[in-house]
Amino acid sequence: MIAFDRVTVVYPGAFAPALENVSLTIDEGHLALVIGATGSGKSTLLRCVNGLVPHFSGGRLTGAVTVDGRSTERYRPRDLADAVGYVGQDPDATFVADTVEDELAYAMENLGVDPATMRRRVEDVLDTLNLHALRQRAITTLSGGQRQRVAIGAAFTAAPRTLVLDEPTSSLDPVSAEEVLASLARLVHDQGTTILVAEHRLERIVQFADVVVEIGSAQGAVRSGTPAFIFATAELAPPVVRLSRAAGWSPVPLSVRDARRLAPELRRRLERGARPQDAESRGDRVAQVKGLVAAYGPIPALADVSLELYEGQVMAIMGRNGAGKSTLLHHLVGLRRPQRGAVEVLGRVPATLGASEAVRLVGLVPQDPGALLCAETVAGECRDADRDAGLADGTTRAVLESIVADIPDDRHPKDLSEGQRLALALAIVLAPAPPILLLDEPTRGLDYRAKERLSHLLRQLAARGHCVVVATHDVELVAEVADRVVVLADGEVITDGPTRSVVCHSAGLASQVARILAPAEWLTVEEVAAALNGRVFREGAPS
Amino acid sequence: MLRTRLQPLHPIAWWCWAGTLAVAASRTTNPLLLGLILAVVAWVVTTRRGNSPWARSFGALIRLGLFVIAIRVVVQVLFGDRVPGTTWFSLPSVPLPSWAAGVTIGGPVTAQAAIGAFCQGLQIAVILACFGAANSLASSFRLLRCVPAGLYEVAVAVTVAITFTPQIVLSIARVRDARRLRGRATSGWKGWRGLAVPVLDGALERSVALAASMDARGFGRRPASPRHRQATAAATLAGLVGLGIGLFQVLDSGSASGIGLAVILVGGGLVIGGLVASSHGSRSRYRPDRWLVAEWLVVAAGLAAVAGVVATGSNDPNALAQPLYPLGLPASPVVALASILLAAVPSAIAPVPVPVRAKLSEALA
Repeated sequence: MIAFDRVTVVYPGAFAPALENVSLTIDEGHLALVIGATGSGKSTLLRCVNGLVPHFSGGRLTGAVTVDGRSTERYRPRDLADAVGYVGQDPDATFVADTVEDELAYAMENLGVDPATMRRRVEDVLDTLNLHALRQRAITTLSGGQRQRVAIGAAFTAAPRTLVLDEPTSSLDPVSAEEVLASLARLVHDQGTTILVAEHRLERIVQFADVVVEIGSAQGAVRSGTPAFIFATAELAPPVVRLSRAAGWSPVPLSVRDARRLAPELRRRLERGARPQDAESRGDRVAQVKGLVAAYGPIPALADVSLELYEGQVMAIMGRNGAGKSTLLHHLVGLRRPQRGAVEVLGRVPATLGASEAVRLVGLVPQDPGALLCAETVAGECRDADRDAGLADGTTRAVLESIVADIPDDRHPKDLSEGQRLALALAIVLAPAPPILLLDEPTRGLDYRAKERLSHLLRQLAARGHCVVVATHDVELVAEVADRVVVLADGEVITDGPTRSVVCHSAGLASQVARILAPAEWLTVEEVAAALNGRVFREGAPS
Repeated sequence: MLRTRLQPLHPIAWWCWAGTLAVAASRTTNPLLLGLILAVVAWVVTTRRGNSPWARSFGALIRLGLFVIAIRVVVQVLFGDRVPGTTWFSLPSVPLPSWAAGVTIGGPVTAQAAIGAFCQGLQIAVILACFGAANSLASSFRLLRCVPAGLYEVAVAVTVAITFTPQIVLSIARVRDARRLRGRATSGWKGWRGLAVPVLDGALERSVALAASMDARGFGRRPASPRHRQATAAATLAGLVGLGIGLFQVLDSGSASGIGLAVILVGGGLVIGGLVASSHGSRSRYRPDRWLVAEWLVVAAGLAAVAGVVATGSNDPNALAQPLYPLGLPASPVVALASILLAAVPSAIAPVPVPVRAKLSEALA
């Protein structure tokens, strides 16, 4: 269905090709998962399929990409609209119409499909993607998961036989992500659609994949095969695979269900060893939220939230899209004033402080770390940060060195990888040494290795006495770094407790390891591996 | 043909209705009639608008109208013509040199001046409210879908521009937040400086993503033959040139000459023909808006209001104005009042928008 024949892509002005000598074929009716480190060329590969590369992006493509027998050399993206549906990374930036139905019909209107067929197909897609209750809704009123499904539907109504999706679940909470992936699985099973999807959070999607395409770190090292074959050796692997490597299972199970069949034996082995220990100690209280109420116009965002933050503790805030996580962080950092209730950080009210004073108390890395960056070069960025916060020259650069050592001074922030950009934003926020560090959804777009480095850094910061608060959907990150989990729903605190008890006893928030080994309370692969080697795993201990 | 449950009223019908009410408002300064028009418009909007983002534009334009009234009254009191009549109070007046004749600052403020200014301000406010009602009741997206296919690309560009405005506002808020997080000043001149580049940068990135998504969904595809396209484009262009020449001739001579009229007719025909032919076979419409009985009735209701007001004006011109000399209560012309009330009929006959309430948590996401 999709064939790449010795494809090399060079973007204009780039030093190295984004893809080099890639050859692969995807058969009809398969769900193919593209994996690879950030910046390895996953998006480029996907955009080649319908000709957005090179027709839209510029640059030079050698070799041939054919889809459904048509070569992208001769057909432009718009001419392939009936063969390939494409869903980009940020669905919000792609909507044309204002209601769900009109958005779904847009592609068909362009193709000149006759009205009767159009009605039928819209109806089909509304059913397949479970959108029928939302048909007349304005898109702006939908939740993140619903919007993602509308974007998929809008690409799918033109009845393409191939669907290409770039990180469709990266901004979704676990439940919405499952809904979206289940819809994709239905398209593959019921309609024989060929799907090519790139995703970082492999734990969510591996079980649906028929084929895995791995883009290695070495240029041109693209290989594809069955999931079991690729994950037997792949560098980036979901927790279930790493657990089975630690436990010595073969063949490697790919879903929680398969792994649970093998779990009883592992549980017995683990019972003999030592239990993982959670850090009990916590420092002084550094911040307090009392009876906080917030609303956006008539829409309540936080209803009577009370919390206390302690130094040396990593706290995770979880909850659905729109549960009020970001709003809570914005209050803590003083971007918003409470409507009712009080926010106090080290005895002061953040919303009343001047900007340069506030950043010394509490720092926030926003959802899109790139928003913090506005200089032309990394060095300029660091210089500006020193000046903004009134620090000695070179402070920010030194902090950046301690996080990631090898970022060149003259690089434009936009040319950094996702992980490097996050490191730079973190350095800017950490340079004034705020005792409280807040991160909003920090793992979006990070591969497993970058995520590991981030968890390690956060644990180090906590060990040095910082209070770290992470708002996230990423249950695996929570299992790895958090001491304490707060769950918000519709602006209320539902749960507030130690990570192990919250994560192991929740259906939606459990990590893969917790699901596999339930009812035993294990959180991460590292814990299990340490126990199997006869050691006691301690969070934050140097490994 | 019957209306399906999901089909909203034709957007052009709403614009006609609101437009006729605006015309009625422009004919009168009688605060009673103006107030009634405002009440009718507000009633129809509250009963028949959906929950889309633009449905809130009515409130915004009402606020703008209040602002206009306030400005009108304040300007009259401070700088306006010194109207004779019952003096309420006096402001210290500033003598101006002779070359500034016609401009006064301060002086006695009369009831006539203040009330007259208020009524004129109210008239503008009501016209603004009518415009806001049209925006609230009819989606601009649906309105733009009514343009012929020849103008389709232009219409899409306009739609995108409309959706971009709120995004720019959001983007400005985001950039200001980011500056605060870096410890930079966010207020005053310092706070605004350096905002433009990141905001425009974000807008540019978004538009590129949107363009990619539109291209991937077949925007700009032309199944019609190039020759057909060239022919319709040439006809439209020739028609437009003819229209221009004809209009110029008629306006220049001040009288409708035979040749001028003929050129206008032929030019207009070519434009319409070209646009209609350009729609042929290239693109289809999902749920095209249809013009049914309800649409006729809504337009008729608006026309009734204009007719009533105009009829009253030709019988008794004073009934349409606020009496100032002597100062008195406004007249209550029965025909005009009744006809304006008739314009509220759409609140009963227009289709109710599908109840589309967003769950609170979802609206936040």
